[in-house]
Amino acid sequence: MVNFDKLPDGHIGTGFFATSFEQAIGLARKNSLWPLPFATSCCGIEFMATMGAHYDLARFGSERLSFSPRQSDLLMVMGTIAKKMAPVLKEVYIQMAEPKWVLSVGACASSGGIFDTYSVLQGIDRIIPVDVYVPGCPPRPEQIIDGILKIQELVGNEGLRRRYSPEYEHLQAKYNIE
Amino acid sequence: MFEVNADRDQRLITLLEGQFPGMVLQHEVLLDMLCITVSKDKINEMLQFLYDHKELRFTFLTSLCGMHYPDDALQLGLVYHLHSLSNNYRIRLKTATALDDPHFPTATNIFMTANWMERETYDFFGILFDGHPNLKRILNVDDFEGFPMRKDFRLEDQSREDKNDAMFGR
Repeated sequence: MVNFDKLPDGHIGTGFFATSFEQAIGLARKNSLWPLPFATSCCGIEFMATMGAHYDLARFGSERLSFSPRQSDLLMVMGTIAKKMAPVLKEVYIQMAEPKWVLSVGACASSGGIFDTYSVLQGIDRIIPVDVYVPGCPPRPEQIIDGILKIQELVGNEGLRRRYSPEYEHLQAKYNIE
Repeated sequence: MFEVNADRDQRLITLLEGQFPGMVLQHEVLLDMLCITVSKDKINEMLQFLYDHKELRFTFLTSLCGMHYPDDALQLGLVYHLHSLSNNYRIRLKTATALDDPHFPTATNIFMTANWMERETYDFFGILFDGHPNLKRILNVDDFEGFPMRKDFRLEDQSREDKNDAMFGR
């Protein structure tokens, strides 16, 4: 069975459909996200289930995982990030090309989780901006899919000029990212 | 399982006491292993002696780690686990120093393997090994402040803002 995405607002006639560039690009982007899985612990196992045949993330256009940050749109951070891992994660984020989004999966990536200790980063939003947080320890695949759908919502509705705005520049500067 | 050989233990103690008078402070058999507490003054010479001795040949350093007993006068301790491969004989060597003088001589001149173990001990207890070729942190981040295995180190991450008294009904 093939599902079609909802048509954006526009003018439809015989043999043509006209809409804004922004909405057409948003539609294309949100249904062809290339995720970069940054899996460090048990949330990564749940992610594998999410990618597998049973939950099948491919249904949402995200079956093509990219293990090169240069080719991916969505950074999925799944698992405990030790303080020693933090610069590595930040480097991966910096290497990604714009536009890019970040999904923080699980309690550890979002807040440090149960590892309230000297060696663990207390949430990845201390080093990189995060778009969507998925709670759970670990979250079920359904929750991860829900997170991806939330990301898709953001991607589909994002203005084409957003990444050039002073607000975005300010956000990046807050994390010392050029 | 290792069998306790009381005669062998006693011979070793007598030998050490003869070689290093007044240095052996205490000895006991803990579980199945002889554990000798010595003063830190000649710890390096003692390791060298045990290494070089024709019959004992403690040529293998199984482990080296720190200890912190905040109630003792000599708060910072060090444990060497020595193994004589040819005799199948293992002993522990314990020594201690005051908190304001956290210095021990390095054992890297005898055991190459002591290099990383001493870096780890420095990393977690702040024990300084004089003469170590590369004494810097090994497991924690380089700009880490404090020594996390000391008893006065706050366990919870101090940068968390959401864990205030209100959250725990305090």
